[in-house]
Parts: sequence; C-alpha cells; structure tokens
Amino acid sequence: MLAPAVLGLALFFVYPLLASIYYSFTRYNLVSDPQWIGLRNYQYLFADDPNVWQAAGNTLWFVAVMVPVKLVFAFAIAGLLTRAKTATGLWRTLYYLPALVPPVASVVTFVFLFNPGTGPVNLILKAFGIDGPLWFNDPALAKPSLLLLGIWVTGDVMIIFLAGLLDVPRDLYEASGLDGANGVQKLWYITLPTIVPVLLFSLVTGIIAALQFFTEASVASSVASGKVSIGEGAGAGFGYPENSLLTYTQWLYIRGFSNYQLGYASALAVLLFVVAAVFLTLLLRRFSAFTPDEATR
Amino acid sequence: MTAVGTRSALRSTRPRHFGRVLNWIGQHVVLSGLAVLFLAPVVFVFLTSMMTSNQTLTATIWPDPWTWDNYVRAFTQVPLVRWFANSATYAVLATAFMLASSIPAAYVLARIRFRGANILFTAIIIAMLLPPQVTAVPIYVMWSKLGMTGTLLPLILPNLLGDAFSIFLLRQFFLTIPSEYADAARIDGNGEWGVLARVIIPMAKPGIAATAIFMFFNSWNDYYGPLLYTSENEQWWPVAIGLASFRSSHGGDWGITMAITMLVMVPVVIIFFFAQRTFVEGIALTGVKG
Repeated sequence: MLAPAVLGLALFFVYPLLASIYYSFTRYNLVSDPQWIGLRNYQYLFADDPNVWQAAGNTLWFVAVMVPVKLVFAFAIAGLLTRAKTATGLWRTLYYLPALVPPVASVVTFVFLFNPGTGPVNLILKAFGIDGPLWFNDPALAKPSLLLLGIWVTGDVMIIFLAGLLDVPRDLYEASGLDGANGVQKLWYITLPTIVPVLLFSLVTGIIAALQFFTEASVASSVASGKVSIGEGAGAGFGYPENSLLTYTQWLYIRGFSNYQLGYASALAVLLFVVAAVFLTLLLRRFSAFTPDEATR
Repeated sequence: MTAVGTRSALRSTRPRHFGRVLNWIGQHVVLSGLAVLFLAPVVFVFLTSMMTSNQTLTATIWPDPWTWDNYVRAFTQVPLVRWFANSATYAVLATAFMLASSIPAAYVLARIRFRGANILFTAIIIAMLLPPQVTAVPIYVMWSKLGMTGTLLPLILPNLLGDAFSIFLLRQFFLTIPSEYADAARIDGNGEWGVLARVIIPMAKPGIAATAIFMFFNSWNDYYGPLLYTSENEQWWPVAIGLASFRSSHGGDWGITMAITMLVMVPVVIIFFFAQRTFVEGIALTGVKG
C-alpha cells in the first residue's frame, strides 16, 4: 500500500535533491553530459552574477513586507468577523472569495484595475482631482501594487485565524471582563496567547511561500509590459518594470530553463534550499507532534 | 456557539449602553466598507467585459451599450475551449491519480505501526514544504530524457506515486476515525484493503472530498508547472498560461481579456459554493488542528 508513495518520494524528492547538489558543481546544458567544474558556479553566484542580488532583494522585500502585512490584515479581519453576529456565513464568504480567484486571473484583474490609462482606480482618483500614479508600470510602485493584490487574496489565512479565534474559550473573556480587563488587555492576555501557535505557523509557511514568489510577479510583469514571457524567448518579460519584480525564483527560471544553464540554476536552487531549510526546521519542530509515534501514543 | 450567538443578539437588540450600539454600528460600517472594496475588483472586471472594444479604450467605467460580444469573441477568436480542456484534463487526472495512490499511503501512516514510519512521515512533510524550484532541474532533466517535455504529462503522472500534501492531509482526517471500527472490520475477516474500502473511505468521505478539491484547485490554478513544461507547445497550454500570455499576443484589448478572466473565475467559484463547508473545514484543519 505504501510502495507507490515510497517510490514517489525517492524519484521526485530524494533523488532530485541530491542531483541538484551534484549538478551545482557542473556545467550542464541538457545536450552534452554534465562537466565537473568544482565551485565555479558558486563563485559566479556570489561575485559576478549581475542580477542575482537584485532578485534576492526583491524576494526579500516580499518576505519582509508582504508576509507581515498580510498576516496583520488577515488577523484584523478575522477579529472583526468574530464580532459580526448577523449573517456570519455571508461575511466570511465575502472576505474569503478573492482567495479563490485563480492567481493568474487575480493578477490580470489587478493590472487592469491599476492600469494608468483606463483603469478604474485612476479614473476614480481623477474624479477626486488626483493624478493617479503608474502603479505596475512604475519601478517604485510595482511591488506595493502586488502587496495590494496580496491583501486582496489573503482569505485562506483569515479562515485559519478565524478558526483559531473561535477556539478561544468565551468564558475567559467574560471572567476577565468582570475583573475589569479592558479590550487591549483582553487581546494581550487572552487572545494572543491562545492563537500564537497559529500565528507562528502562518508566519513560517508564509515566509516559505514568499521565498518562492513567482507566479504573481512574472504574470504582472508580462501583462503590464505587454511583452511575451511564455514560449519562444520566455523570460524576456520577467522583472518589468526595470527588474523591480524580478524575484529569485524567476532568475533561477531564466538561467535554467531559458538559457539552459542547468548547472548554474542548480547552484541557485541549492542556495534557495539552504535558506528555506532554516524555516523548514522551525516548522518541523511543530510538525513533530504529528509523527506516528506521538499520534498513536 | 449557537447559545453564545443568541445571547449576544439579544444583547444588541436591547442595549444596556448607548456605547454598545455605536460599537455595533462602527464594526458593521467597517465590515461593509471593506466588503465593498473586496468585491469591487470583480465588479469592474465584469463591467469591462460587457463593453465594446472602443469603450474599453476610453475613460469609462459603466458599459454603454451592454454587449456579450467579448464573450462571443473569446470563444471564436481565442482557443479558449482547448485551454479549458487542457486545464480540465490536468486537474481531473491529477486528482484521480492522487486519490488512487495517496489514500492507501495515508491509511498506512495513520493506522499501521511499522519500522521507519517516523522517517517516512518526516520525509513527506519536508517534501510537502520544500519549494518546488529546489528540485526542478533534475526532475526537468528526467522528463526531458523521457521525451515528455512539451506536454502536461510531467505534471499529471507523478501523482500516481502519491502527493505529499494530500497524503499528509488525508492522514490527519483518517486519524479522527476511532480505531475500533477498523479493528471490528479486521475481526470480521477483512484484510487491510478491505478495512480501507469498507470502513475508512466511507467514514472519511468529507476529508477525501476536501483533499480532492485542494488538489483540483491547485492543478487548475497551477502556472509554474505548465510554464516550465508546456510553454513551447501551445497545444498543451492550460487556461492559466493562455490568459497570462493573452495580452502580449493579442495587443491591449482589455474587454476580451476581462471576459476570459471572468470565465476563468467561474468554475472555481461554482465548485466552491457546492462544497463550501468541506472546503473551509479543510483549510482550518491545515492550519490549526493537531
């Protein structure tokens, strides 16, 4: 019963993980055999690659800004939703729905909403006498524009928080209210301690997801620029405007699958693995509660 | 939960304090205001999809006249049907294969003790959390040597050998079934496959449904995988790739782009409304339980 899954793990997890490390020490273009070049890929990565640090910086922006903003927003909405006593199901569905929109469709939607010429956002701003900015076409605003999109689709985290908040025993609030606790004290002493594990879990999974941020950024670039990023010459549209949306995984994609520098792309993958592993270990500790020994005890 | 709800409802209809009414109004104003902002994007997409091509080029928000023309053109001038068929093929086969391989594996991990279970389970969790780009190069090389790049097969076939996230999720659901049921079925002479088919699967239907929906949505929405494997072969493009490439290949026609965007959202939203409960419970489970 387990055989297929074990084979699957070996073929699609253990083997490629080890092979990535091996390829990272080689020059390999899929046509000729991998050729051992020692640490040269890593030398190039840390010293000479013209774009890797900008790409890493952009990814870091999404990790450091987008993840916390989304969490705070999801937490605030979840908190508001626990207060709504009428039509609870309707409110929840309303706030959750955008998270369902397929990512590509949501990006196309936002690039359209914020397009400088005919986009509704700038048209509305104009009605108030404001000259709207270029949003996805402005290198300084492209990432913040994606942040707005990130907030729009934050419904799944919101649901997780809502479930956590509803698990907080009601009588704790009532008892503390009788003892004269105010709203802030209730939040600090009752709500937060109960839901901190949920918050931490969402923070770490959010960071791991942000480290691989790819689809939204590359689709936004390609739709906003009108340049092809698919098929022949794939990757040409990545990063628009001015590489402000070029993330680390897009750079890996360009080097590996547009330029077929598979050895170098593997070095980039190994570096990504090292960074992700830090956060993975944090999560593994939490997941150890799930292992068969613990669960069946 | 219900008791608390009614009590608070009573309280708000006969307020003891004026402040509480203000508070209630304030919260609902914020909730409704934000809800309008959350719905607005989809409304604007719909409005633009109902405009004529000329109108989409002007600074208008409201269509005049209203026309379904963009939807007609989406089906006649764009290979939309093929994109949808490819997406459906990918999502349906990936889900079916995942269920066939992951249900038995999840059952063993949930109910049978064996040497190496902890290591195997840890491996599944790492595989589930690992960014796919870390292992992408060797897997791409593998499919390329098998001559299957340029198709969706590299994204469909691996599900025959289990999907880490689905195995994890299914196992969590199976653990909630009391083991006495399985024991009773074993005493009645069932082997492990019999226990799985006669006891576990019927009792875990909601969990299996939630896992299947997640898998279906993930494949339907997948962009990175199809970009990697099918970008050079338009015949296999799913709708995610088609939509993303549409504006660059068809110029700046927002009307038809918005019509396709609406059509991409619709199936997902319909499935959600049919399976809302299962779905929301599944999400809560991935983040909270255990």
